[in-house]
Amino acid sequence: MRVTLKQNNEILRKIEEISGENVFACYQCGKCSAGCPMVAEMDLLPNQIIRFLQIGAGEAVLEKRTIWLCASCFTCAARCPKGVNLAKLMEGVRATILRQSNSDQVAPPEMVKKPLPQIALISAMRKFTC
Amino acid sequence: MEIAYFPGCTLKTTAKSFETSALAIAGSLGIDIKELPEWTCCGTVYSLAEDDLMKQLGPVRTLARAEGLGYTVLTTLCSMCYNTLVQAKQFVTKDPVRLQKINTFMEEEPDFTGVVEIKHFITLLQETGEEKIKEAVKNDLAGRKIACYYGCLLLRPREAAIDDCEQPEVLEQLMQWLGADPVFFPYQVECCGSYMTAVKPDIVARRAYRILENARENGAEAVITSCPLCSFNLKERQKDIKAIYPGFKDMPVYYFTEIMSEALGITKTVENS
Repeated sequence: MRVTLKQNNEILRKIEEISGENVFACYQCGKCSAGCPMVAEMDLLPNQIIRFLQIGAGEAVLEKRTIWLCASCFTCAARCPKGVNLAKLMEGVRATILRQSNSDQVAPPEMVKKPLPQIALISAMRKFTC
Repeated sequence: MEIAYFPGCTLKTTAKSFETSALAIAGSLGIDIKELPEWTCCGTVYSLAEDDLMKQLGPVRTLARAEGLGYTVLTTLCSMCYNTLVQAKQFVTKDPVRLQKINTFMEEEPDFTGVVEIKHFITLLQETGEEKIKEAVKNDLAGRKIACYYGCLLLRPREAAIDDCEQPEVLEQLMQWLGADPVFFPYQVECCGSYMTAVKPDIVARRAYRILENARENGAEAVITSCPLCSFNLKERQKDIKAIYPGFKDMPVYYFTEIMSEALGITKTVENS
């Protein structure tokens, strides 16, 4: 089957600039996906996020749920044999979306209504809003 | 030597018992810590965007104020505060241009130089040493099987870790000094779902279930933590766990300082409040 990819290196350039990480350092061993605590909920594996970025399919990455499910636990970063900090790349993708759209990913009415400690609210707002 | 204490937002509300017990422990062991007169929220999560210095202002402002008061060491109890302060310090001090820019922007504050060292309270206890802590024990925790849950931010990324990021042992060591019997459980360094609790509580409930059950399978009767968010997720989400897994039995979750203050005779048996 022939698959046509919409190549867009501008997105990759932005993500690398924000994160300070080099996606081409990754050799796709999959260690990040093997240890990711959120992987069961994701629609694209963490290592596939990098693979998509490597082949210029950044636009597809922007549409995935995966980046919003990453909780920045740094398990991937601690275990990567190539020293890629995937948590930073995920933040690069999130920041790219938030800045481009200039709109929040989660609005306060969509958040849990029951009492939450400040620490949960502040961190969620920092990750999901502009 | 007096050490600056940065509490952070949640230590004054839902994690009040964490602060009260830790301050009592510090007092009884002679660890000289004093709350900063003025502090701001650290931001709770370290910003991973390299091009956005504004997000570093919260943690750096607090560090600059501590330095301005002449402190060389600052301590925190909350794992998230600890991690954010450490990573923010590393980020701004690594590049002189960045450091200058942030100092110019915060011109009303004393200049931040990076001399202040950030130490988690667990590290201060480690430095106090086995002998002194063992001497202070009044109610030995003999036979208590405790699972020490580290979560993410005390251990990762490696540059901010207080111990080995895969096989930590500082909390186990502390529990042994108190006479308890720490149990090893593989999920001790697994993420609890963190702030997802504000938007996807079901995911967090499933994470918490696996962590707590893993502790139970390895013989634990209680779980300890040093993070107010982990504590909320592991404790409060137990109600949500029961909705998904009806057979789930309650598991007590404490701050490590609550268990410790019981051992030092400061408080009676801790209640799972």
